[in-house]
Amino acid sequence: MTMNNQGRPTAPGTIESNELPTISGDRGLDHEEKLIFELGRPGMSGVDIPQVQISETRLAGQRRRGPIGLPGLSEPEVVRHYVRLSRMNYAIDAGLYPLGSCTMKHNPRLNEKLARLPGFSDLHPLAPQSTTQGALALIAELMRWLTTLTGMPAVAMSPKAGAHGELCGMLTIRAAIEARGEKRLRVLVPESAHGTNPATATFAGFTVDEVKATADGRVDVAALEAKLGPDVGALMLTNPNTCGLFERDIVRIADLVHKAGAYFYCDGANFNAIAGRVRPGDLGVDAMHINLHKTFSTPHGGGGPGAGPVVLSAALAPFAPLPLLLHDAKGFRLIEDRADLPAGAKPFGRMCAFHGQMGMFVRALAYMLSHGRDGVRQASEDAVLSANYILASLKDAMSAPFAGPCMHEALFDEHFLEGTGVSTLDFAKVMIDEGYHPMTVYFPLVVHGAMLIEPTESESKESLDCFIHVLRTIAQEAKAGKRERFEGAPRLAPRRRLDETAGARKPVLRWKPKDLPRAAE
Amino acid sequence: MRYLPLTPSDRTAMLAKIGARDIDALFCDVPKSAVVPLSAFELPDTQGEMEVERALSRLADKNVAAGAGPFFCGAGAYRHHVPAAVDHLIQRSEFLTSYTPYQPEIAQGTLQYLFEFQTQVALLTGMEVANASLYDGSTATAEAVLMAQRITKRPKAIFSGGIHPHYAETTETIANLHGQVTRAPVVPGQVADLVSLIDEDTACVVVQSPDVFGLIRDLRPIADAAHAKGALLVAVVTEIVSLGLIEPPGFQGADIVAAEGQSIGNGLNFGGPYVGLFATREKFLRQMPGRLCGETVDADGRRGFTLTLSTREQHIRREKATSNICTNSGLCALAFTIHLSLLGEEGYAKLARINHAKASSLADVLAKIKGVSLVTPSFFNEFTLRLPKPTAAVVEELLGKGIVGGVPASRLLPDEPSARDLLIVAVTETNTDEDCTAFAKALAEVLS
Repeated sequence: MTMNNQGRPTAPGTIESNELPTISGDRGLDHEEKLIFELGRPGMSGVDIPQVQISETRLAGQRRRGPIGLPGLSEPEVVRHYVRLSRMNYAIDAGLYPLGSCTMKHNPRLNEKLARLPGFSDLHPLAPQSTTQGALALIAELMRWLTTLTGMPAVAMSPKAGAHGELCGMLTIRAAIEARGEKRLRVLVPESAHGTNPATATFAGFTVDEVKATADGRVDVAALEAKLGPDVGALMLTNPNTCGLFERDIVRIADLVHKAGAYFYCDGANFNAIAGRVRPGDLGVDAMHINLHKTFSTPHGGGGPGAGPVVLSAALAPFAPLPLLLHDAKGFRLIEDRADLPAGAKPFGRMCAFHGQMGMFVRALAYMLSHGRDGVRQASEDAVLSANYILASLKDAMSAPFAGPCMHEALFDEHFLEGTGVSTLDFAKVMIDEGYHPMTVYFPLVVHGAMLIEPTESESKESLDCFIHVLRTIAQEAKAGKRERFEGAPRLAPRRRLDETAGARKPVLRWKPKDLPRAAE
Repeated sequence: MRYLPLTPSDRTAMLAKIGARDIDALFCDVPKSAVVPLSAFELPDTQGEMEVERALSRLADKNVAAGAGPFFCGAGAYRHHVPAAVDHLIQRSEFLTSYTPYQPEIAQGTLQYLFEFQTQVALLTGMEVANASLYDGSTATAEAVLMAQRITKRPKAIFSGGIHPHYAETTETIANLHGQVTRAPVVPGQVADLVSLIDEDTACVVVQSPDVFGLIRDLRPIADAAHAKGALLVAVVTEIVSLGLIEPPGFQGADIVAAEGQSIGNGLNFGGPYVGLFATREKFLRQMPGRLCGETVDADGRRGFTLTLSTREQHIRREKATSNICTNSGLCALAFTIHLSLLGEEGYAKLARINHAKASSLADVLAKIKGVSLVTPSFFNEFTLRLPKPTAAVVEELLGKGIVGGVPASRLLPDEPSARDLLIVAVTETNTDEDCTAFAKALAEVLS
């Protein structure tokens, strides 16, 4: 490992990342890039479109009355702008991306290619259904995979992301409770839950009641039991949980919840640890969303789009939202409204326009077919093995709040940094200088200064060994009092630490020209 | 398995380091009864790239792509030409395979394009601020109504009858939990009265323009009436290209704009993923849902970008968050921003003009067919026709002639008797003159 800062002055504040100034401000392959609004010139365009005359008679007097203020650039300028921007990003394709709970696994390019077949990508959602039978068959096949892998009888496909899937699941539960003529508005959520769980429960009209964790990082079953009652509608539990641990008492928890007349919502964000080995349906789960962008590797794309289908138990299946997909002798048929419902269906409503994230469905099914059931199981096992390997290799150098084995992510806390003056955040920023994306930090909240490492199944042993070596050495440097290394970090990234406080106090959320074309009225 | 780098000997060595007997030992917390053998899953085993490509290509081939012939469907999803550079750029690894920019020092690429995207959305809509995108136009509309309910602390949302029915249903599903959505009657092609419905309980009036039938409406009188009663105007746009030609909602008094951005940069994709655009007034900023990117400086004083105002969001506020949204539609927003950058001021305006010109000339031709009348006196690139017989059957007959003639209004409004003989027709720059001629000829034949 060569340290790029060797031989530099080491006192805090005296290290400059720009110690070799350049005339251009660019540095080798690192280019600075202006905002698109600071580039280009009026009248230029990167698309050739003929100028046509129009009459204004059909615009209801609503013709645009002034310019918009967009810059004009040719195609080469636009391409260069975005290529330069892309080079300021870290990516899985470039290096290990150990963000716990985010599952940054390899994104196969075959899946991109297939999603772009015109039969999928150039298909209109309201085209006659006789012309979309292949797309509907693909959705049906993906539904078969999802229900088979989870051991659940039904799945709602339209939710557009994990949190959207949670909302769908909770609205299904709400509808089932109302159909029983009951009112159960309290939802139990463990304190270790991801923030979307309480936010979703509130969004769906429930009140949230937190359940404590035990010292070993799992739900306190006694505390849970004490909170159950006739006003409880559901438990929302992540399993494997956000500490990277399997909830050992899950079957008992599900029984208790059901005995109390409530439903068990499982947050499936961590399904990738158990897919192909454990079926949530066997554990007593009533509803669970599956993040196709995690377990089934549709690309994260810098923050979406995702997809969050929700598998449902027999008790909840009738309440699944529109649209429904049916198959009969005539082929596949989408049921898009209440006028056309099959017997027994009582949909609670609609999650979004059209039928869900088709582009993500194609990618996820390609992933499943490539892996097969054996590959899905092997991927889960390798993810769990790699996380445990990291936990075993680093627990003496760092500090792990809970004894292993863990599932697909290894959780550390800031205990090992006590007295060093180095924080979890400092530790993460030094990883950037070492060429790594940091792990998830300060989540889950139940652990102080959490560092949640999820290597996924996509890393070779050599890659894991290198990562472990770097983290061990950083931990040693922290303990050896080399604070200056941490305080200024990162030094070798396109930017150093950003002032987030100033950004939030006086938010600047858009570029503004010196003279706005027109002020909003 | 080509995607899994660990070898059997790697696995053995790693288990030894862990001190585990075998892989099962790592799953010791899973109840024994819950572990199932592989044979429990009635699914195929691993397959090579070629086999998977063959299997999915077969399914793709069973569909008729919009580009296969004359195609005139719209109603919330539009077929536009997306320049090749867009799809190439969004597939760069650094965009495609990165996560939400939680570590801004190594995510300036994503953050800067989000900042530029927010600026573009604000400029197009004529609003002051925009977020970093939502899932799609329909969920953005639902979020807009919830936001209006929070701001005004009032329960009621009044929906114009011209709102895309899927948007109205999506909003009702969630907004009825916190308040009440009232839908005004559907009167295709007419500027129905909404003003008389506004009362002291009204949080917002929600109006789509161009509406689901294509009609353009003047939002100003509704905005004034809403504001006079302390309510907000939520403007919905499903065809964002229209704002290259018609006056944006921000200049007509809208308080929140919820729009579908699919038309710029994104393919039809059978309905998703798309990109929700969301813009508002600066004074409502802290009630806005979704991610926001802001400008700041780094430790060396250089301009940089970071996610900001996250105290509104679920990971900080948990049950008190403005929304449960955890993601945006990042890559679709990137496609949008690249395409719009390529178009620029000139290209965007020209694109809008050619859409309107083509739609106008087709509407003229079709309206001359015996028994056919144009329902929408104003429109952008989509209009509604009244046919002398039920539209669903006509569309089937047109299909037999190789033409996808539009969306029968009855598909979106099955309970609405007046919709039975209405056909919603969208025309974009991708429709050639030959397409339009073939459509007119086929429709005349079907109706004769």
